[in-house]
Amino acid sequence: MLLIYCPYCEEERSELEFRQAGDAHIARPTNMTEMTDEDFEAFFFLRDNVKGLTFERWRHLNGCGRFFNAARDTVSDKFLTTYKAGLPRPDLSTLRPATEATVETYEATESNAK
Amino acid sequence: MRKYSVFAVAREAMRGHRGWEAQWTSPEPRKEYDVIIIGAGGHGLGTAYYLAKEHGITNIAVLEKGWLGGGNTGRNTTIIRSNYLYDESAGIYDHALKLWDGLSQDLNYNVMYSARGVMMLSHNIHDQQVFKRHIHANRLNGIDNEWLTPEQAKEFCPPLDISRTARYPINGAALQRRGGTARHDAVAWGYARAAADRGVHIIQNCEVTGIRRNPDGSVAGVDTNRGQINAKKVGVVAAGHTSVLMEMAGVRMPLVSYPLQALVSEPIKPIFPCVVMSNTVHAYISQSDKGELVIGAGTDQYSSYSQTGGLQIITHTLDAICELFPIFRRMKMMRSWGGIVDVTPDRSPILAKTPVSGLYVNCGWGTGGFKATPGSANVFAHTIANDAPHKINAPFTLERFRSGRLIDEAAAAAVAH
Repeated sequence: MLLIYCPYCEEERSELEFRQAGDAHIARPTNMTEMTDEDFEAFFFLRDNVKGLTFERWRHLNGCGRFFNAARDTVSDKFLTTYKAGLPRPDLSTLRPATEATVETYEATESNAK
Repeated sequence: MRKYSVFAVAREAMRGHRGWEAQWTSPEPRKEYDVIIIGAGGHGLGTAYYLAKEHGITNIAVLEKGWLGGGNTGRNTTIIRSNYLYDESAGIYDHALKLWDGLSQDLNYNVMYSARGVMMLSHNIHDQQVFKRHIHANRLNGIDNEWLTPEQAKEFCPPLDISRTARYPINGAALQRRGGTARHDAVAWGYARAAADRGVHIIQNCEVTGIRRNPDGSVAGVDTNRGQINAKKVGVVAAGHTSVLMEMAGVRMPLVSYPLQALVSEPIKPIFPCVVMSNTVHAYISQSDKGELVIGAGTDQYSSYSQTGGLQIITHTLDAICELFPIFRRMKMMRSWGGIVDVTPDRSPILAKTPVSGLYVNCGWGTGGFKATPGSANVFAHTIANDAPHKINAPFTLERFRSGRLIDEAAAAAVAH
């Protein structure tokens, strides 16, 4: 189970209090009725489904109830940072690189497999 | 390939089992193939097998970055059924079910398909209405599915608690008698052996790092950690990693990858005669021939490629199992693991051509791809060989997310697959 830092409550809480809410930084189109099918598909259905660093929305559903954004590694599930909704993507180079070992999984170790 | 038979077993018993051949070879990759399949799971190996068997294409390589059958083929709970609501789904899943019956003979490999029955528990009036609707829809499609009273359900599966005081009381069940289980590893191994016998190259530890294109945009081949391999056609059958591979060809997919967990108990004597699923309390369970109870959990809530999942997910499933089958309350769980499943918005798969000429994709099976393995492989081979879909997989296009012609099993699948 993950521990997630809520930037509004300013504390780490259990994953059980949160819900993932899809990709972050996607602007909802304002011209929904005039969009082409291609554009609507790209907005509504297509996903980058990133393997590695991803920016996504989370909601502190059973806490403050507010949406916020997170930068997470989808291979190790490690949260690099969380930040309030409406803020731009943070500069991750200023963050301390993860030093602790990530979860030992097939995915994480396979590149070293002989 | 030396045929497996009772005579072969007897012969080898006489000479110390020194005559068994390797089931498939591990050749060096050629410079060029007619078809490259990316992903040596059941669906990918099966595709190569049917391409060789039914379409006469044998210059094929199946590339696998890990080991054969080590992805979701080796990680699922081996449940087979075809009682889906919509005509399109019923078509493809029942095509698979018909191929399961006879697959061992076809491959000369015992895949241990056991039509022991899949029973879905109904806990409330809503379940009952939905299941009965499924039963009627299935019957119109010629697929067996029947309604059982709680007493009949108990008779079919004696460990089930049907008492009125149970925490999750049961008011009936839907039973597909042709449903059941098969040995997942044997499916991968059987297809691999039969495909290799027809000249297919199975190349393990070969990770695709790029998809090469011709100047006209069509597929030219792939880059791998073992060098460049050219091909006229490439089929991506990579389950949870489909988005990663398709991104190499510049195609964004309507997929999100989630971890899905399963677990097995310590082995016990035969006690559980069928497969039981409960959508409402989310649990599914069967007993393997080794004696382990095989239990499936739900997906984690967040997208991930970690091939692991949260402990709270399997705990929740075991809570439900213990309520439905109090007899199992003191059993120990032996192992748990996760796989990465690729989920589409409408929970139906994509078996189709792509905007890139010569590139085909078979993905989006979500949490329930194992049951479809032979059917999926069979029609996908047809799609690659003819550059046009079989009529069974014609509705499962990539374009349906543009046209809106969804096959919305998201709400209709009788259980979370």
